[in-house]
Amino acid sequence: MQLIQVKNVKTLFGDKVVHDGLNLHINEGEIYGLLGPSGCGKTTLLREMVMLQEFQSGSIKILGKKIESISEKEAQELRRKWGVLFQFGALFSSLTLSENIALALREYSTLSEMMIEEIVAFKLDLVGLKPRDAYLYPSEISGGMRKKAGIARALAMDPKLLFLDEPTSGLDPISAREFDELILQLREMLGLTMVIVTHDLHSIYNTLDRMAIIDNKKIAYEGSLEEVTSVQNDFIQTFFRDTL
Amino acid sequence: MNASNVELISNSDNAMTLNFSGELTLCNLTDTQNYILEKLPKKLDKLTIDLQNSSYLDTAFALFLTDLESKYNAEIICHNQNFIHTLALTKEHKKQLKHEGDLHKKSLLRSIGENVYSNYLSFAVFIEFIGRVFISFLLYFKSIKNIRIKEIAFEINESAVRALGIVALTSFLIGLVTAYQAAYQLRLYGGNIFIVDMMGISVFRELAPLITAIVIAGRSGSAYTAQIGAMKITQEIDAMRTMGFDPYTFLVLPRIIALIVMLPILIFVSDMMAMLGSIIVADLSLDLTPSLFIDRLNEVVSIKHFYVGLIKGPFFAFLIASIGIFRGLKVKDDTQSIGFNTTKSVVESLFAVIVCDAVFSIAFTNLGI
Repeated sequence: MQLIQVKNVKTLFGDKVVHDGLNLHINEGEIYGLLGPSGCGKTTLLREMVMLQEFQSGSIKILGKKIESISEKEAQELRRKWGVLFQFGALFSSLTLSENIALALREYSTLSEMMIEEIVAFKLDLVGLKPRDAYLYPSEISGGMRKKAGIARALAMDPKLLFLDEPTSGLDPISAREFDELILQLREMLGLTMVIVTHDLHSIYNTLDRMAIIDNKKIAYEGSLEEVTSVQNDFIQTFFRDTL
Repeated sequence: MNASNVELISNSDNAMTLNFSGELTLCNLTDTQNYILEKLPKKLDKLTIDLQNSSYLDTAFALFLTDLESKYNAEIICHNQNFIHTLALTKEHKKQLKHEGDLHKKSLLRSIGENVYSNYLSFAVFIEFIGRVFISFLLYFKSIKNIRIKEIAFEINESAVRALGIVALTSFLIGLVTAYQAAYQLRLYGGNIFIVDMMGISVFRELAPLITAIVIAGRSGSAYTAQIGAMKITQEIDAMRTMGFDPYTFLVLPRIIALIVMLPILIFVSDMMAMLGSIIVADLSLDLTPSLFIDRLNEVVSIKHFYVGLIKGPFFAFLIASIGIFRGLKVKDDTQSIGFNTTKSVVESLFAVIVCDAVFSIAFTNLGI
């Protein structure tokens, strides 16, 4: 089943064309990568998918809803079905980790405090944080922990779809590989579908099932890792040359 | 209490079956939970949890089910591989939050002590900052070449020239309002002409310098904190240090010098605008013509009052700029810190200006000026 379909998406920033007709689709259960040189609009596409940014024409369908013509009520429902991890975690700095994770549960459900605490502890353990970390503030923890806490917050409502913006950037190689492992485990455990924007070659090899490479405002390649090097494209040839 | 997705079946001999159906998610968890806790007896010989009729199970609901399972030593009947997987996952990762790890609760005495000590420390750091500013000043003026005219000119434009409008408008209105209030009282006993003495002395000595300082502290002092704080967060200040650019020469002194030079000029503008306001009110409500007002001003208000006001300018400027910059440099690596320090910078610089004004007032009175 296709969870996300992007059809003919065009994006303009003023006069500057960012996307000139993008087409791609993401299947259920996939870990899907958005790749490309910096400034090619990977993150822009991700932001368009989660309705943070508008596009000028074309269509994006997520979980069966066309987001360009969605009503506010449906949009609000859709937002509870996905989780987003931002590049630097984007944890709310005035709240502790446990409050960050519990926020959506407190706002959107009628769960008791005890149940919320139990869910928070479970989500923390799931991403590999310790129960005692729950009472720390985001300014008191390292970048790697911030990203883990960001994932725990994104998972709070048990979404089926997870968007990750450069999850391993800024992490040391060991933490980055641990994070790849976590991504694979979460898919295994929760059956998540994930969309990842990344530059990290190791992550690309370790985690991705399929990917789209955006170059020159268009999709230069969509498919699995095996066939990528057969594509005649400067970026792809440089990026993958040394490793394949 | 009702729950649509669970049916409680009593079997014989103190045994029960919970028959779940439909989607089991955190959206309907609370209803189900309340229903079960209400209906289920405290003691049971045997509890069976039947999940065969349900279509979906999320981790929050699974957590609740595993709680039930361990509490009643229940048996879960389930053939769905996904459910079995989710239940196993929740069991594996079940943890309790540890409240003893709460580092942020303190006793009253301790928090008072910590507050006092941290205020003492930050005062000590402020004194150190003033010392460094002073040393940089000395180094700065050792050679003409060190003086960064461009930066100073830029700051003069940013923090003073662009503030001219708001300073002028505020002073004009304060002059207008004060004169209007005074006019009403003076007219009662026919002392119309004394509006000149009153407005002349109060505006030149106190009102104009204070209003200017308040507007500049709110407008430019806070901007200094925010600018420098943002540079601190993006590590621009560290970058400058590693490249050998002393932040004091590049960021701190130009701002302080700009304000020291410009505040007297702004006070002068404020003087003129406040007097304009008074003249208008005197003309309209006390029938005192502008030329009479100015003649009288010349006669009764000596020039020293005007100078006293201007002299305060550089001192206020130094306090506003140095506190603003000091607060900016104290910003830590999180976004809340900018807001916190900006608020602090405005409050502290206004307080410092008023204290300084009081000191001047006592000093000038004792000196007979």
